Amino acid sequence: MSVMQALDLRRRSASSVPPPAAGKPAAVPVAKLIDVSKCIGCKACQTACLEWNQLDQPIGFTDGTYNNPTDLTTASWTVMRYTEYEHGDDLEWLIRKDGCMHCDDPGCLKACPAPGAIVQYTNGIVDFISDNCIGCGYCVKGCPFNIPRISQVTSKAYKCTLCSDRVVVGQAPACAKACPTQAIYFGTKEDMIAHAGKRITDLKSRGYQNAGLYNPPGVNGTHVMYVLQHADKPSLYAGLPDNPHISPLVGIWKGVMKPLSLAAIAFAGAFGLMHYVTRGPNRVTEHDEEKAAELAGSDKA
Amino acid sequence: MSAHAKPVSRYTTAARINHWITAVSLILLALSGMALFHPSLYFLTYLFGGGQITRAIHPWIGVVLAVSFLGLFLRFFTLNLWNRDDTVWMKNLGAVINDKEEGLPEVGKYNAGQKLVFWGQSILILLLLGSGFVLWDTYFASYTTIDQKRLSAVIHALCAIGAILIWIVHVYAAIWVKGTLSAMTRGSVSGGWAWKHHRKWFRQEVGKS
Repeated sequence: MSVMQALDLRRRSASSVPPPAAGKPAAVPVAKLIDVSKCIGCKACQTACLEWNQLDQPIGFTDGTYNNPTDLTTASWTVMRYTEYEHGDDLEWLIRKDGCMHCDDPGCLKACPAPGAIVQYTNGIVDFISDNCIGCGYCVKGCPFNIPRISQVTSKAYKCTLCSDRVVVGQAPACAKACPTQAIYFGTKEDMIAHAGKRITDLKSRGYQNAGLYNPPGVNGTHVMYVLQHADKPSLYAGLPDNPHISPLVGIWKGVMKPLSLAAIAFAGAFGLMHYVTRGPNRVTEHDEEKAAELAGSDKA
Repeated sequence: MSAHAKPVSRYTTAARINHWITAVSLILLALSGMALFHPSLYFLTYLFGGGQITRAIHPWIGVVLAVSFLGLFLRFFTLNLWNRDDTVWMKNLGAVINDKEEGLPEVGKYNAGQKLVFWGQSILILLLLGSGFVLWDTYFASYTTIDQKRLSAVIHALCAIGAILIWIVHVYAAIWVKGTLSAMTRGSVSGGWAWKHHRKWFRQEVGKS
Protein backbone atom coordinates (compact mmCIF):
# COMPACT_ATOMS: atom_id res chain seq x y z
CA MET A 1 0.00 0.00 0.00
CA SER A 2 1.38 3.35 -0.96
CA VAL A 3 -0.38 4.85 2.03
CA MET A 4 1.61 2.56 4.29
CA GLN A 5 4.86 3.99 3.02
CA ALA A 6 3.79 7.57 3.49
CA LEU A 7 2.20 7.29 6.91
CA ASP A 8 3.96 6.14 10.06
CA LEU A 9 2.28 3.52 12.19
CA ARG A 10 1.28 4.06 15.76
CA ARG A 11 -0.27 0.64 16.27
CA ARG A 12 -0.29 -2.57 14.24
CA SER A 13 -2.58 -5.50 15.03
CA ALA A 14 -1.03 -8.58 16.65
CA SER A 15 2.43 -7.05 16.48
CA SER A 16 4.54 -4.28 17.90
CA VAL A 17 5.57 -1.19 16.02
CA PRO A 18 8.98 0.47 16.15
CA PRO A 19 8.78 4.18 16.99
CA PRO A 20 9.16 6.59 14.05
CA ALA A 21 12.65 7.52 13.00
CA ALA A 22 14.38 9.93 15.37
CA GLY A 23 14.11 13.55 14.39
CA LYS A 24 11.03 13.00 12.25
CA PRO A 25 8.32 15.41 13.35
CA ALA A 26 5.35 13.71 15.00
CA ALA A 27 2.26 13.48 12.82
CA VAL A 28 -0.54 15.83 13.76
CA PRO A 29 -3.70 13.98 14.80
CA VAL A 30 -6.48 14.58 12.31
CA ALA A 31 -10.23 14.39 12.73
CA LYS A 32 -13.45 14.56 10.79
CA LEU A 33 -16.15 16.62 12.40
CA ILE A 34 -19.74 15.83 11.45
CA ASP A 35 -22.16 18.58 12.39
CA VAL A 36 -25.45 16.73 12.65
CA SER A 37 -27.31 20.04 13.04
CA LYS A 38 -26.24 21.11 9.54
CA CYS A 39 -26.93 17.83 7.76
CA ILE A 40 -29.83 17.83 5.30
CA GLY A 41 -29.66 14.11 4.60
CA CYS A 42 -28.88 14.40 0.89
CA LYS A 43 -26.54 11.39 0.88
CA ALA A 44 -23.92 13.14 -1.24
CA CYS A 45 -21.38 11.77 1.25
CA GLN A 46 -22.59 8.22 0.66
CA THR A 47 -22.29 8.68 -3.08
CA ALA A 48 -18.89 10.32 -2.86
CA CYS A 49 -17.68 7.44 -0.69
CA LEU A 50 -18.82 4.85 -3.22
CA GLU A 51 -17.27 6.83 -6.04
CA TRP A 52 -13.88 7.58 -4.54
CA ASN A 53 -13.41 4.08 -3.15
CA GLN A 54 -14.79 2.50 -6.34
CA LEU A 55 -17.37 0.50 -4.42
CA ASP A 56 -20.46 -1.08 -5.88
CA GLN A 57 -23.46 -1.18 -3.59
CA PRO A 58 -26.01 -3.46 -5.28
CA ILE A 59 -29.52 -2.03 -5.56
CA GLY A 60 -31.52 -3.39 -2.66
CA PHE A 61 -34.91 -2.74 -1.12
CA THR A 62 -36.25 0.17 0.84
CA ASP A 63 -37.82 -0.54 4.19
CA GLY A 64 -40.19 2.41 3.89
CA THR A 65 -37.77 4.87 5.49
CA TYR A 66 -35.03 7.07 4.12
CA ASN A 67 -32.43 4.62 5.47
CA ASN A 68 -30.98 3.20 2.30
CA PRO A 69 -29.15 0.92 2.44
CA THR A 70 -30.62 0.08 5.82
CA ASP A 71 -27.25 -0.78 7.31
CA LEU A 72 -23.53 -0.52 6.67
CA THR A 73 -22.32 -3.11 4.18
CA THR A 74 -18.99 -4.21 2.75
CA ALA A 75 -19.55 -1.61 0.01
CA SER A 76 -21.36 1.10 1.95
CA TRP A 77 -18.78 2.28 4.46
CA THR A 78 -21.00 5.15 5.49
CA VAL A 79 -24.80 5.39 5.68
CA MET A 80 -27.17 8.13 6.77
CA ARG A 81 -29.37 7.09 9.66
CA TYR A 82 -32.64 8.99 9.98
CA THR A 83 -34.44 9.33 13.29
CA GLU A 84 -37.73 11.10 13.90
CA TYR A 85 -37.44 12.50 17.40
CA GLU A 86 -40.72 13.64 18.90
CA HIS A 87 -40.76 15.61 22.11
CA GLY A 88 -43.71 17.72 23.23
CA ASP A 89 -45.21 19.32 20.15
CA ASP A 90 -41.89 19.28 18.41
CA LEU A 91 -40.60 16.88 15.78
CA GLU A 92 -36.92 16.82 14.99
CA TRP A 93 -35.38 14.93 12.13
CA LEU A 94 -32.03 13.72 13.40
CA ILE A 95 -29.78 12.58 10.58
CA ARG A 96 -26.52 10.96 11.54
CA LYS A 97 -23.85 9.91 9.10
CA ASP A 98 -22.78 6.52 10.48
CA GLY A 99 -19.43 4.90 9.83
CA CYS A 100 -16.12 4.13 11.46
CA MET A 101 -15.36 6.52 14.32
CA HIS A 102 -11.58 5.93 14.12
CA CYS A 103 -11.26 5.42 17.87
CA ASP A 104 -8.03 6.58 19.40
CA ASP A 105 -8.05 3.27 21.29
CA PRO A 106 -9.41 1.00 18.54
CA GLY A 107 -11.17 -2.17 19.73
CA CYS A 108 -10.99 -3.74 16.26
CA LEU A 109 -7.21 -3.48 16.27
CA LYS A 110 -7.01 -4.85 19.80
CA ALA A 111 -9.11 -7.89 18.85
CA CYS A 112 -7.42 -8.60 15.48
CA PRO A 113 -5.28 -11.79 15.52
CA ALA A 114 -3.63 -11.24 12.10
CA PRO A 115 -0.39 -9.25 12.20
CA GLY A 116 -0.79 -6.00 10.30
CA ALA A 117 -4.37 -6.55 9.16
CA ILE A 118 -5.42 -3.45 11.12
CA VAL A 119 -3.16 -0.47 11.59
CA GLN A 120 -3.43 2.92 13.22
CA TYR A 121 -1.35 5.67 11.70
CA THR A 122 0.29 8.29 13.86
CA ASN A 123 -2.30 10.77 12.60
CA GLY A 124 -5.01 8.64 14.28
CA ILE A 125 -6.61 7.02 11.23
CA VAL A 126 -7.46 3.34 11.70
CA ASP A 127 -7.11 1.35 8.48
CA PHE A 128 -7.79 -2.23 7.42
CA ILE A 129 -5.01 -3.73 5.29
CA SER A 130 -6.89 -6.32 3.25
CA ASP A 131 -3.80 -8.28 2.23
CA ASN A 132 -3.27 -9.35 5.83
CA CYS A 133 -6.94 -9.80 6.77
CA ILE A 134 -8.01 -13.42 7.37
CA GLY A 135 -11.75 -12.75 7.66
CA CYS A 136 -12.15 -14.10 11.21
CA GLY A 137 -14.58 -11.38 12.32
CA TYR A 138 -12.74 -10.62 15.57
CA CYS A 139 -12.75 -6.90 14.65
CA VAL A 140 -16.56 -7.05 14.72
CA LYS A 141 -16.34 -8.28 18.33
CA GLY A 142 -13.77 -5.66 19.27
CA CYS A 143 -15.65 -2.69 17.79
CA PRO A 144 -17.86 -0.73 20.24
CA PHE A 145 -19.79 0.83 17.33
CA ASN A 146 -20.68 -2.26 15.23
CA ILE A 147 -18.89 -0.98 12.13
CA PRO A 148 -16.79 -3.63 10.34
CA ARG A 149 -18.52 -5.84 7.78
CA ILE A 150 -17.11 -9.13 6.49
CA SER A 151 -17.53 -9.87 2.80
CA GLN A 152 -19.06 -13.22 1.92
CA VAL A 153 -17.21 -12.96 -1.39
CA THR A 154 -13.67 -12.08 -0.36
CA SER A 155 -13.79 -13.06 3.35
CA LYS A 156 -12.18 -9.74 4.25
CA ALA A 157 -13.34 -7.00 6.61
CA TYR A 158 -14.25 -3.56 5.29
CA LYS A 159 -14.95 -0.14 6.73
CA CYS A 160 -14.31 3.58 6.25
CA THR A 161 -10.61 4.37 5.74
CA LEU A 162 -11.15 8.06 6.51
CA CYS A 163 -9.83 8.30 2.94
CA SER A 164 -6.30 7.66 4.20
CA ASP A 165 -5.23 7.62 0.56
CA ARG A 166 -6.53 11.20 0.15
CA VAL A 167 -5.38 12.45 3.53
CA VAL A 168 -1.81 11.35 2.83
CA VAL A 169 -1.65 13.75 -0.12
CA GLY A 170 -3.30 16.59 1.77
CA GLN A 171 -6.87 16.12 0.59
CA ALA A 172 -9.97 15.99 2.75
CA PRO A 173 -12.01 12.76 2.75
CA ALA A 174 -14.37 12.36 -0.22
CA CYS A 175 -17.47 12.72 1.96
CA ALA A 176 -16.26 16.03 3.40
CA LYS A 177 -15.46 17.33 -0.06
CA ALA A 178 -18.90 16.39 -1.41
CA CYS A 179 -21.02 17.74 1.44
CA PRO A 180 -23.06 20.70 0.09
CA THR A 181 -23.85 22.24 3.49
CA GLN A 182 -20.38 21.81 4.98
CA ALA A 183 -21.77 19.61 7.66
CA ILE A 184 -18.56 17.56 7.37
CA TYR A 185 -15.28 19.25 8.22
CA PHE A 186 -11.83 17.80 8.14
CA GLY A 187 -8.62 19.06 9.70
CA THR A 188 -6.41 18.65 12.71
CA LYS A 189 -8.19 17.27 15.71
CA GLU A 190 -7.34 20.41 17.65
CA ASP A 191 -8.90 22.65 15.01
CA MET A 192 -11.97 20.43 14.77
CA ILE A 193 -12.54 20.62 18.54
CA ALA A 194 -12.17 24.41 18.39
CA HIS A 195 -14.56 24.65 15.49
CA ALA A 196 -17.05 22.41 17.24
CA GLY A 197 -16.91 24.79 20.19
CA LYS A 198 -18.14 27.64 18.02
CA ARG A 199 -20.90 25.55 16.54
CA ILE A 200 -22.01 24.45 20.01
CA THR A 201 -22.11 28.06 21.23
CA ASP A 202 -24.26 28.93 18.24
CA LEU A 203 -26.61 25.99 18.83
CA LYS A 204 -26.97 26.86 22.50
CA SER A 205 -27.86 30.46 21.59
CA ARG A 206 -30.65 29.02 19.45
CA GLY A 207 -32.20 26.98 22.21
CA TYR A 208 -30.29 23.70 22.06
CA GLN A 209 -29.19 23.80 25.69
CA ASN A 210 -27.66 20.32 25.56
CA ALA A 211 -25.72 20.80 22.36
CA GLY A 212 -22.24 19.33 22.59
CA LEU A 213 -19.34 17.46 21.06
CA TYR A 214 -19.31 13.67 20.80
CA ASN A 215 -15.70 12.64 21.36
CA PRO A 216 -16.22 9.72 23.75
CA PRO A 217 -13.51 9.30 26.41
CA GLY A 218 -14.28 5.55 26.81
CA VAL A 219 -12.25 4.91 23.64
CA ASN A 220 -9.80 7.74 24.40
CA GLY A 221 -11.68 10.02 22.01
CA THR A 222 -12.35 9.45 18.32
CA HIS A 223 -10.97 10.83 15.08
CA VAL A 224 -14.52 11.15 13.76
CA MET A 225 -16.54 13.42 16.02
CA TYR A 226 -20.11 14.67 15.98
CA VAL A 227 -21.69 17.95 16.93
CA LEU A 228 -24.99 16.82 18.45
CA GLN A 229 -27.99 19.01 19.29
CA HIS A 230 -28.70 16.63 22.18
CA ALA A 231 -25.26 15.57 23.34
CA ASP A 232 -26.74 14.47 26.67
CA LYS A 233 -28.56 11.66 24.83
CA PRO A 234 -26.37 10.31 22.00
CA SER A 235 -28.51 7.17 21.78
CA LEU A 236 -31.30 9.32 20.28
CA TYR A 237 -29.25 9.35 17.10
CA ALA A 238 -30.09 5.85 15.81
CA GLY A 239 -28.47 4.15 18.76
CA LEU A 240 -25.16 6.02 18.92
CA PRO A 241 -23.60 4.54 22.09
CA ASP A 242 -23.89 6.85 25.11
CA ASN A 243 -20.63 5.66 26.59
CA PRO A 244 -18.75 3.47 24.11
CA HIS A 245 -15.84 1.40 25.40
CA ILE A 246 -14.09 -1.81 24.41
CA SER A 247 -16.09 -4.65 25.96
CA PRO A 248 -14.46 -6.01 29.15
CA LEU A 249 -14.88 -9.48 27.63
CA VAL A 250 -12.65 -8.43 24.76
CA GLY A 251 -10.26 -6.94 27.33
CA ILE A 252 -9.97 -10.30 29.12
CA TRP A 253 -9.78 -12.30 25.90
CA LYS A 254 -7.06 -10.11 24.40
CA GLY A 255 -5.43 -9.18 27.70
CA VAL A 256 -4.71 -11.41 30.69
CA MET A 257 -5.87 -14.60 29.00
CA LYS A 258 -3.10 -14.66 26.43
CA PRO A 259 -0.06 -14.76 28.74
CA LEU A 260 -1.85 -16.78 31.45
CA SER A 261 -2.87 -19.46 28.96
CA LEU A 262 0.63 -19.89 27.56
CA ALA A 263 2.01 -19.92 31.09
CA ALA A 264 -0.45 -22.64 32.13
CA ILE A 265 0.50 -24.79 29.14
CA ALA A 266 4.21 -24.23 29.75
CA PHE A 267 3.73 -25.09 33.43
CA ALA A 268 1.90 -28.32 32.60
CA GLY A 269 4.68 -29.33 30.22
CA ALA A 270 7.39 -28.42 32.74
CA PHE A 271 5.58 -30.28 35.52
CA GLY A 272 5.45 -33.42 33.38
CA LEU A 273 9.12 -33.15 32.50
CA MET A 274 10.13 -32.60 36.13
CA HIS A 275 7.97 -35.50 37.24
CA TYR A 276 9.59 -37.80 34.71
CA VAL A 277 13.08 -36.64 35.64
CA THR A 278 12.56 -37.04 39.38
CA ARG A 279 10.34 -40.14 39.49
CA GLY A 280 11.40 -41.98 36.36
CA PRO A 281 9.11 -44.10 34.23
CA ASN A 282 6.38 -46.20 35.73
CA ARG A 283 7.34 -49.70 34.60
CA VAL A 284 5.65 -53.04 34.88
CA THR A 285 7.86 -55.32 37.02
CA GLU A 286 8.69 -58.92 36.49
CA HIS A 287 6.65 -59.57 39.62
CA ASP A 288 3.59 -58.04 37.90
CA GLU A 289 4.11 -60.28 34.87
CA GLU A 290 4.36 -63.34 37.11
CA LYS A 291 1.18 -62.45 38.95
CA ALA A 292 -0.55 -61.89 35.61
CA ALA A 293 0.60 -65.27 34.32
CA GLU A 294 -0.57 -66.84 37.57
CA LEU A 295 -4.02 -65.41 37.02
CA ALA A 296 -4.38 -65.80 33.27
CA GLY A 297 -2.17 -68.74 32.55
CA SER A 298 1.12 -68.59 30.76
CA ASP A 299 1.54 -67.75 27.09
CA LYS A 300 3.83 -70.70 26.69
CA ALA A 301 1.74 -73.21 28.61
CA MET B 1 12.83 -66.06 31.87
CA SER B 2 9.66 -66.62 33.73
CA ALA B 3 6.37 -67.25 32.03
CA HIS B 4 4.35 -64.26 30.77
CA ALA B 5 0.63 -64.02 30.33
CA LYS B 6 -0.78 -63.51 26.84
CA PRO B 7 -1.32 -59.91 25.72
CA VAL B 8 -4.73 -58.66 26.81
CA SER B 9 -7.01 -57.13 24.20
CA ARG B 10 -8.00 -53.60 25.31
CA TYR B 11 -9.41 -51.86 22.21
CA THR B 12 -11.06 -53.00 19.00
CA THR B 13 -9.70 -51.80 15.68
CA ALA B 14 -12.77 -49.57 15.25
CA ALA B 15 -12.22 -47.97 18.65
CA ARG B 16 -8.56 -47.32 17.83
CA ILE B 17 -9.39 -45.70 14.48
CA ASN B 18 -12.00 -43.61 16.25
CA HIS B 19 -9.42 -42.51 18.82
CA TRP B 20 -6.79 -41.73 16.15
CA ILE B 21 -9.20 -39.49 14.25
CA THR B 22 -9.99 -37.71 17.49
CA ALA B 23 -6.31 -37.40 18.38
CA VAL B 24 -5.23 -36.01 15.03
CA SER B 25 -8.11 -33.55 14.81
CA LEU B 26 -7.53 -32.36 18.38
CA ILE B 27 -3.86 -31.66 17.64
CA LEU B 28 -4.73 -29.83 14.41
CA LEU B 29 -7.36 -27.81 16.28
CA ALA B 30 -4.91 -26.91 19.02
CA LEU B 31 -2.31 -25.76 16.48
CA SER B 32 -4.71 -23.75 14.33
CA GLY B 33 -6.55 -22.38 17.36
CA MET B 34 -3.38 -21.29 19.15
CA ALA B 35 -2.25 -19.64 15.91
CA LEU B 36 -5.31 -17.39 16.01
CA PHE B 37 -5.25 -16.97 19.78
CA HIS B 38 -1.77 -15.58 20.41
CA PRO B 39 0.15 -13.35 17.98
CA SER B 40 3.42 -15.05 18.97
CA LEU B 41 2.02 -18.29 17.60
CA TYR B 42 0.58 -16.82 14.39
CA PHE B 43 3.41 -18.52 12.47
CA LEU B 44 1.54 -21.79 13.01
CA THR B 45 -0.93 -20.64 10.34
CA TYR B 46 1.81 -21.48 7.78
CA LEU B 47 1.32 -25.16 8.65
CA PHE B 48 -2.17 -24.87 7.22
CA GLY B 49 -1.39 -22.68 4.22
CA GLY B 50 -1.87 -19.19 5.65
CA GLY B 51 -4.22 -17.20 7.84
CA GLN B 52 -7.28 -17.30 5.60
CA ILE B 53 -7.15 -21.08 5.23
CA THR B 54 -6.44 -21.60 8.93
CA ARG B 55 -9.48 -19.50 9.76
CA ALA B 56 -11.62 -21.38 7.26
CA ILE B 57 -10.48 -24.91 8.10
CA HIS B 58 -10.41 -24.72 11.92
CA PRO B 59 -14.19 -24.98 12.40
CA TRP B 60 -14.45 -27.88 9.95
CA ILE B 61 -11.80 -29.80 11.86
CA GLY B 62 -13.88 -28.97 14.92
CA VAL B 63 -16.88 -30.68 13.36
CA VAL B 64 -14.76 -33.76 12.65
CA LEU B 65 -13.57 -33.78 16.26
CA ALA B 66 -17.08 -33.37 17.65
CA VAL B 67 -18.47 -36.26 15.59
CA SER B 68 -15.44 -38.43 16.30
CA PHE B 69 -15.50 -37.68 20.01
CA LEU B 70 -19.20 -38.47 20.12
CA GLY B 71 -18.21 -41.94 18.89
CA LEU B 72 -15.72 -42.30 21.75
CA PHE B 73 -18.27 -40.97 24.20
CA LEU B 74 -20.89 -43.53 23.20
CA ARG B 75 -18.33 -46.33 23.29
CA PHE B 76 -16.89 -45.56 26.68
CA PHE B 77 -19.22 -43.49 28.83
CA THR B 78 -20.65 -46.45 30.76
CA LEU B 79 -17.11 -47.51 31.64
CA ASN B 80 -16.39 -44.02 32.93
CA LEU B 81 -19.21 -43.72 35.44
CA TRP B 82 -17.87 -42.64 38.81
CA ASN B 83 -17.86 -45.03 41.78
CA ARG B 84 -16.69 -45.02 45.39
CA ASP B 85 -13.34 -46.59 44.58
CA ASP B 86 -12.63 -43.66 42.28
CA THR B 87 -13.05 -41.27 45.18
CA VAL B 88 -10.58 -43.32 47.24
CA TRP B 89 -8.19 -43.33 44.27
CA MET B 90 -8.40 -39.56 43.89
CA LYS B 91 -7.77 -39.06 47.61
CA ASN B 92 -4.55 -41.02 47.16
CA LEU B 93 -3.47 -39.22 44.01
CA GLY B 94 -0.17 -38.34 45.68
CA ALA B 95 0.65 -42.05 46.10
CA VAL B 96 -0.37 -42.73 42.51
CA ILE B 97 1.91 -40.17 40.95
CA ASN B 98 4.74 -41.52 43.08
CA ASP B 99 4.12 -45.01 41.65
CA LYS B 100 2.91 -46.35 45.03
CA GLU B 101 -0.58 -47.47 44.12
CA GLU B 102 -0.37 -50.95 45.70
CA GLY B 103 -2.70 -50.37 48.63
CA LEU B 104 -5.46 -48.77 46.56
CA PRO B 105 -8.69 -50.44 45.44
CA GLU B 106 -8.30 -52.52 42.28
CA VAL B 107 -8.99 -50.45 39.17
CA GLY B 108 -11.49 -51.36 36.44
CA LYS B 109 -10.96 -50.49 32.79
CA TYR B 110 -10.41 -46.86 33.75
CA ASN B 111 -8.96 -45.26 36.87
CA ALA B 112 -10.35 -42.08 38.36
CA GLY B 113 -7.79 -39.91 36.56
CA GLN B 114 -8.75 -41.37 33.21
CA LYS B 115 -12.41 -40.86 34.03
CA LEU B 116 -11.76 -37.20 34.84
CA VAL B 117 -9.97 -36.84 31.50
CA PHE B 118 -12.98 -38.43 29.81
CA TRP B 119 -15.60 -36.24 31.48
CA GLY B 120 -13.45 -33.14 31.32
CA GLN B 121 -12.98 -33.47 27.58
CA SER B 122 -16.66 -34.38 27.10
CA ILE B 123 -17.84 -31.20 28.78
CA LEU B 124 -15.18 -28.97 27.23
CA ILE B 125 -15.74 -30.27 23.70
CA LEU B 126 -19.46 -29.69 24.08
CA LEU B 127 -18.79 -26.08 25.17
CA LEU B 128 -16.21 -25.62 22.42
CA LEU B 129 -18.69 -26.88 19.84
CA GLY B 130 -21.44 -24.55 21.07
CA SER B 131 -19.25 -21.46 21.33
CA GLY B 132 -17.53 -22.43 18.08
CA PHE B 133 -20.78 -22.24 16.15
CA VAL B 134 -21.36 -18.74 17.54
CA LEU B 135 -17.90 -17.72 16.27
CA TRP B 136 -18.31 -19.40 12.86
CA ASP B 137 -19.19 -16.19 11.05
CA THR B 138 -19.04 -17.70 7.56
CA TYR B 139 -22.33 -19.48 8.12
CA PHE B 140 -23.76 -18.40 11.44
CA ALA B 141 -22.90 -14.71 11.86
CA SER B 142 -26.51 -13.55 11.68
CA TYR B 143 -27.85 -15.88 14.38
CA THR B 144 -26.26 -14.24 17.41
CA THR B 145 -25.63 -10.77 18.81
CA ILE B 146 -22.17 -9.24 19.01
CA ASP B 147 -22.25 -9.50 22.81
CA GLN B 148 -22.97 -13.22 22.54
CA LYS B 149 -20.05 -13.54 20.12
CA ARG B 150 -17.77 -11.74 22.58
CA LEU B 151 -18.80 -14.06 25.39
CA SER B 152 -18.33 -17.06 23.12
CA ALA B 153 -14.82 -15.94 22.22
CA VAL B 154 -13.87 -15.92 25.90
CA ILE B 155 -15.57 -19.27 26.60
CA HIS B 156 -14.02 -20.82 23.50
CA ALA B 157 -10.51 -19.72 24.47
CA LEU B 158 -10.93 -20.79 28.12
CA CYS B 159 -12.30 -24.22 27.20
CA ALA B 160 -9.62 -24.71 24.57
CA ILE B 161 -6.87 -24.03 27.09
CA GLY B 162 -8.61 -26.43 29.51
CA ALA B 163 -8.79 -29.10 26.82
CA ILE B 164 -5.12 -28.62 25.91
CA LEU B 165 -4.11 -28.93 29.58
CA ILE B 166 -6.13 -32.14 29.94
CA TRP B 167 -4.57 -33.40 26.72
CA ILE B 168 -1.10 -32.77 28.16
CA VAL B 169 -2.03 -34.80 31.27
CA HIS B 170 -3.48 -37.54 29.04
CA VAL B 171 -0.40 -37.76 26.82
CA TYR B 172 2.05 -37.49 29.70
CA ALA B 173 0.30 -40.32 31.54
CA ALA B 174 0.78 -42.51 28.47
CA ILE B 175 4.45 -41.56 28.30
CA TRP B 176 5.07 -42.07 32.00
CA VAL B 177 3.20 -45.36 32.38
CA LYS B 178 5.25 -47.67 30.18
CA GLY B 179 3.34 -50.24 28.19
CA THR B 180 0.31 -47.98 27.70
CA LEU B 181 0.90 -46.84 24.15
CA SER B 182 0.44 -50.30 22.65
CA ALA B 183 -3.23 -50.02 23.60
CA MET B 184 -3.49 -47.11 21.16
CA THR B 185 -1.26 -48.54 18.44
CA ARG B 186 -1.97 -52.29 18.57
CA GLY B 187 -5.05 -52.53 20.75
CA SER B 188 -3.49 -54.81 23.35
CA VAL B 189 -1.48 -54.50 26.55
CA SER B 190 0.73 -56.94 28.41
CA GLY B 191 -0.70 -59.07 31.18
CA GLY B 192 1.69 -57.44 33.63
CA TRP B 193 0.44 -53.98 32.66
CA ALA B 194 -3.17 -55.08 33.09
CA TRP B 195 -2.35 -56.63 36.47
CA LYS B 196 -0.46 -53.58 37.71
CA HIS B 197 -2.78 -50.82 36.53
CA HIS B 198 -6.26 -52.24 35.88
CA ARG B 199 -6.47 -55.40 37.96
CA LYS B 200 -10.22 -55.46 38.35
CA TRP B 201 -10.65 -55.15 34.57
CA PHE B 202 -7.96 -57.82 34.04
CA ARG B 203 -9.80 -60.24 36.32
CA GLN B 204 -13.00 -59.63 34.32
CA GLU B 205 -11.19 -60.22 31.01
CA VAL B 206 -9.64 -63.44 32.31
CA GLY B 207 -13.03 -64.54 33.60
CA LYS B 208 -14.52 -64.12 30.10
CA SER B 209 -12.16 -66.55 28.38
